[in-house]
Amino acid sequence: MEKEILEEKKKITDKTMMLNMGPHHPATHGVLRIKLELDGETIVKATPVIGYLHTGIEKTMEDKTYSQVIPLTDRMDYVANLSNNLGYCLAVEKLLDIEAPPKAQYLRVLLTELTRIASHLIWIGSHAHDTGLMTMFIYAFREREMLLDLFEMISGQRMMTSYFRIGGVAKDVFDGFEKVVREMLKVLPRKIDEYEQIMTNNRLWIQRTVGVATISGEDAINCGLSGPMIRGSGVKWDLRKSNPYSSYDKFDFDIPTGKNGDIYDRFLVRVEEMRQSLRITEQALDGMPEGDFMARVPGVTLPQKEEVLTSMEALIFHFKTVVEGFCPPKGEVYQSIESPKGEIGFYIVSDGSPKPYRVKVRPPCFVNLSSLNRLIKGRMIADVVAVIGSIDIVLGEIDR
Amino acid sequence: MENLTLKKLKERFSDSILDVIEFRGEFTAIIKKEALLDISQFLKNDPELEYNFLSDVCAVDYPNRKNRFEVVYNLYSIPNRWRVILKISVAEDEPVPSITSIWEGANWPEREVFDMFGIKFDNHPDLSRILMPDDWVGHPLRKDFPLTAEEVTFSHNKNRRPKRTE
Repeated sequence: MEKEILEEKKKITDKTMMLNMGPHHPATHGVLRIKLELDGETIVKATPVIGYLHTGIEKTMEDKTYSQVIPLTDRMDYVANLSNNLGYCLAVEKLLDIEAPPKAQYLRVLLTELTRIASHLIWIGSHAHDTGLMTMFIYAFREREMLLDLFEMISGQRMMTSYFRIGGVAKDVFDGFEKVVREMLKVLPRKIDEYEQIMTNNRLWIQRTVGVATISGEDAINCGLSGPMIRGSGVKWDLRKSNPYSSYDKFDFDIPTGKNGDIYDRFLVRVEEMRQSLRITEQALDGMPEGDFMARVPGVTLPQKEEVLTSMEALIFHFKTVVEGFCPPKGEVYQSIESPKGEIGFYIVSDGSPKPYRVKVRPPCFVNLSSLNRLIKGRMIADVVAVIGSIDIVLGEIDR
Repeated sequence: MENLTLKKLKERFSDSILDVIEFRGEFTAIIKKEALLDISQFLKNDPELEYNFLSDVCAVDYPNRKNRFEVVYNLYSIPNRWRVILKISVAEDEPVPSITSIWEGANWPEREVFDMFGIKFDNHPDLSRILMPDDWVGHPLRKDFPLTAEEVTFSHNKNRRPKRTE
């Protein structure tokens, strides 16, 4: 009898349990579903199931002219829209072999760095909220509002900005732009100090993050991780430095790296990145060149507004460029930039028609999320939300 | 010096390199499918090249060609800051060797290619649909797949067959 009971007990303990997390779990940042195979509280296997937000953006892009694709890029990583805009615009500019004028390049740098801060604020807020530091959520969103107000003032939209255009930016900055950004530069460093006061030495935060979900630098490279994920593991690789675009080589900034590759190191990397972004923003504002905000390439970029109002030819050009688009040469280009999440790249195949033959987005979150099982295997179930937070996912970009 | 990559490749795999394209400062090597694993392994492990980072795997559909699909591998060398693109062309229903044994990060991108184009990868640990539902028919990014929108089902139209608009 006793033997039977023991056998029965063994049967039960050998069994693992399947637990379904999501797709509507508040800590999955959207609609991510994770199938967890559990042995008690220990995770045997974690399988992310994605695709709930798939909207066929890449397919839709094939049916739009090159300029019409820009609004679609906004809708991928919807908390770092300007980074997506920049990656796509740079790819098309590479295809056309044109360059944005210096003022546009500096504006692009300035705004993508502010976007990086906005994106990291979302991350710090939601990540801390998931692990029990509720205060941070409100603080981070309060500061993000400031940045979104600036995006609204500059482009008319808080989130779906579409401000960068092929060959430059949509319009010149408003009067008093500098004052608004200077004010931000004054306020934000204090706020980041505040976050660090709340989090960096917080015992609760340290207990939940130090030594959790570690990944070595070698494994991180092998898994294709990028952005703060790979830098947290000590790999000093940032596309802004290694393959500079949009005159990033003229700016002076550091690339923070971690040592242990755990959640805490990724946290420190991201916080330091926010400070570095402020440094870049200040330099961009100080050195902002005068001149055009849009390259003058007839047939590709729109003519200046004053010319359209006074010259017949400019009006015709304007009309034709908007209606017909432009035909870049045949060829294939790949351009990647350092988005807040990592390497976002656009691979564009052109067949010489006004619509791209194929646009492939290299989504950083997609690849970063694929390492989830490796990060979480063998750890406790309570660590799952902390790990997801530290990957910093945006499902709009993963599913596209 | 990205040419070093191509020089080395040509020296070592002269039979397998079909063409080399330079466009806007980027280098693309069109290679034979059979040599994909060897070339990837070589590029990753060669001490001078060290293409240790796999950026992306994607595919492009050319329905009028004999070999319908092009599979594009985007490799990056973190130590050298170089990028090279490898391309192979495959016919419909022709399997491609999976490079997950070389780069673990190829897992999901290859699944996406399978999902969107229906290209099968040999020796892939878990080749299943990733973005589309498991019971989906067809592969959306193929050029012959129409760009459609499906009507949303509510109570008032649940008995009607879902209408697809083009």
